[in-house]
Amino acid sequence: MKNFSYVRATSVKEAVQQASTDNNAMFIAGGTNLVDRMKVFLDEPSQLIDITRLEMTRIEPTGEGLRLGALVSNTAVADHPEVRRSYPMLTRAILLGASQQIRNVATVGGNLLQRTRCPYYYDTAFACNKRELDTGCAALTGINRIHALLGASDQCVAVHPSDMCVPLAALDAIVEVESSKGKRQIPFTDFHRLPGDAPQRDTTLEPGELITAVILPPAPFAKSSVYLKLRDRDSYAFALVSVAAAVELADNRIKTARLAMGGMAHKPWRFTEAESFLVGKAANTETFQQAAELALQGAKPLEYNGFKVELAKRAIRRALTVSAKGGGIV
Amino acid sequence: MHPPENGKNHRARRNFLGQALTAAGAAIAAPSLLSQATSAQSEKPASIPGQGEISVTLSINDKQETLAIEPRVTLLDTLRERLGLTGSKKGCDHGQCGACTVLVDGQRVYSCLALAVMQEGKQIVTVEGLAKGDVLHPVQAAFIENDGFQCGYCTPGQICASVALVDEVKRGCASAVTEDFDNLPQLTNLSEAEIKERLSGNLCRCSAYNGIVAAVQQVTGQAPPSPAAAMFMQEAGVSA
Ligand SMILES: Cc1cc2nc3c(=O)[nH]c(=O)nc-3n(C[C@H](O)[C@H](O)[C@H](O)COP(=O)(O)OP(=O)(O)OC[C@H]3O[C@@H](n4cnc5c(N)ncnc54)[C@H](O)[C@@H]3O)c2cc1C
Ligand code: FES
Ligand code: FES
Repeated sequence: MKNFSYVRATSVKEAVQQASTDNNAMFIAGGTNLVDRMKVFLDEPSQLIDITRLEMTRIEPTGEGLRLGALVSNTAVADHPEVRRSYPMLTRAILLGASQQIRNVATVGGNLLQRTRCPYYYDTAFACNKRELDTGCAALTGINRIHALLGASDQCVAVHPSDMCVPLAALDAIVEVESSKGKRQIPFTDFHRLPGDAPQRDTTLEPGELITAVILPPAPFAKSSVYLKLRDRDSYAFALVSVAAAVELADNRIKTARLAMGGMAHKPWRFTEAESFLVGKAANTETFQQAAELALQGAKPLEYNGFKVELAKRAIRRALTVSAKGGGIV
Repeated sequence: MHPPENGKNHRARRNFLGQALTAAGAAIAAPSLLSQATSAQSEKPASIPGQGEISVTLSINDKQETLAIEPRVTLLDTLRERLGLTGSKKGCDHGQCGACTVLVDGQRVYSCLALAVMQEGKQIVTVEGLAKGDVLHPVQAAFIENDGFQCGYCTPGQICASVALVDEVKRGCASAVTEDFDNLPQLTNLSEAEIKERLSGNLCRCSAYNGIVAAVQQVTGQAPPSPAAAMFMQEAGVSA
């Protein structure tokens, strides 16, 4: 790891001011992704701004929803009684991610900004446009088993690795950010971006912007929401595909549906078309199968990830079924 | 303050390495220069910052340690290389194995992904801080009783993780296999699936998993401790 200077910020104002004076400065929260990346020289910040002492450590009610401070640990979000009750897909997604040791220090803000687990991005001996623009993409012709089915470009086929972000996309969460220029709010589905010809950029965050909170709007439809994660190892592994699903019934018909997936694209993928299709339909296997077909119709498999198409369809069907039956473990 | 015993151990090791180097490089490097450099380095007080270093005070196993380190040094390397606390192990150095698990403010964390400078003001407990004098922590006793290891490399991490696991269950933390959040598992009915999921952040290359699960079952009161373990626990005045 390259050495750097260390600054412990004592206020949000100070942190964003400090960041605005140095283009090579980075914020550090739990450090579970950044320290890992710095060890393999993917990031070489001149300065780390430690934000862990800032007042962004609370979960507070906002209107009918919840405001998660950017420094709340993943564990604390998962174990919060109101999150468990009103947004069970979020608790499940977090508990299915990483390990207790990582979740204890990983933060809300850091989880959003963790970077892809594409092995060609991590191994600096391979070409990677995300790591270094215009050097090529070794994954395109390599072992692209874990890579994207949707929204990829010929520059980058990496997927966003987060579990927590998948329910946040399904729930229409809002990301609150602040910089020396002021504050703004970003709808969750606009926060992460597709690679296009700028795969080095994962998000629409501007340089120097600090995430201060994630807002969960009220979601009465999410009481029986679920999260299904499929992976090579049963625990402590990233998803091959994952599904956040919520089905709310009224008079035996689907009143509200939410559907998002991880492991599919450069960002958590929200299936709004399949959601609209589901509304008003009877909640049965046939309906859910049709929704799955609709969701995957634009999939573009690479050489090694074709199995994920069928895996994703079955995962969607199963997650919707379990949510319609009252939720719980999928 | 640098603990004298630890400091000495550490220095002894560095001198040994220095000598080994000197011997190997004798033909090209002047041995006197090399050994001078080595002794000069070991005489610099460990708490005075050099270039690129900052002064940090850490609370480790109830002792305050002030040292000068570069901000890039992890907690794991600080424990092992600077303080001689080699109980915490480096398995992967990337948060993927659990061998470096320690407790920070009572929570289990991977010390290989934690920067030491960021731990100021926090209470750090390593495997060395679990026993009370010669009396083992009940989790340590249970690991011995139940053959919770073979080579022992992952063991300090497994033990720290298990200590935290017991506390997490008491505090009502859920896991990915917890079926009903309104009916959380208690220590006495914590299933094998729960124990395995809650310890999945600690890999064991020797695959001593059955013994590890048995040790946790014993500590949680699901299996009676053997007479020896019962004695350890009684002496320590701790119950699970
Ligand atoms: C072995 C292993 C397994 C894992 N498995 C999973 C898994 O299965 N599922 C999953 O979802 N995740 C997994 N993770 C990833 C883990 O969830 C992330 O590392 C973690 O969420 C990052 O949070 P952090 O607070 O530690 O971020 P940091 O490492 O501190 O920061 C990450 C990035 O975010 C920036 N940053 C942090 N906070 C802010 C802020 N408030 N504002 C602006 N920028 C900020 C930093 O500059 C950095 O670039 C795994 C990690 C490891 C090491
Ligand atoms: S050495 Fe820290 S997790 Fe492997
Ligand atoms: S006992 Fe050898 S690695 Fe676990």
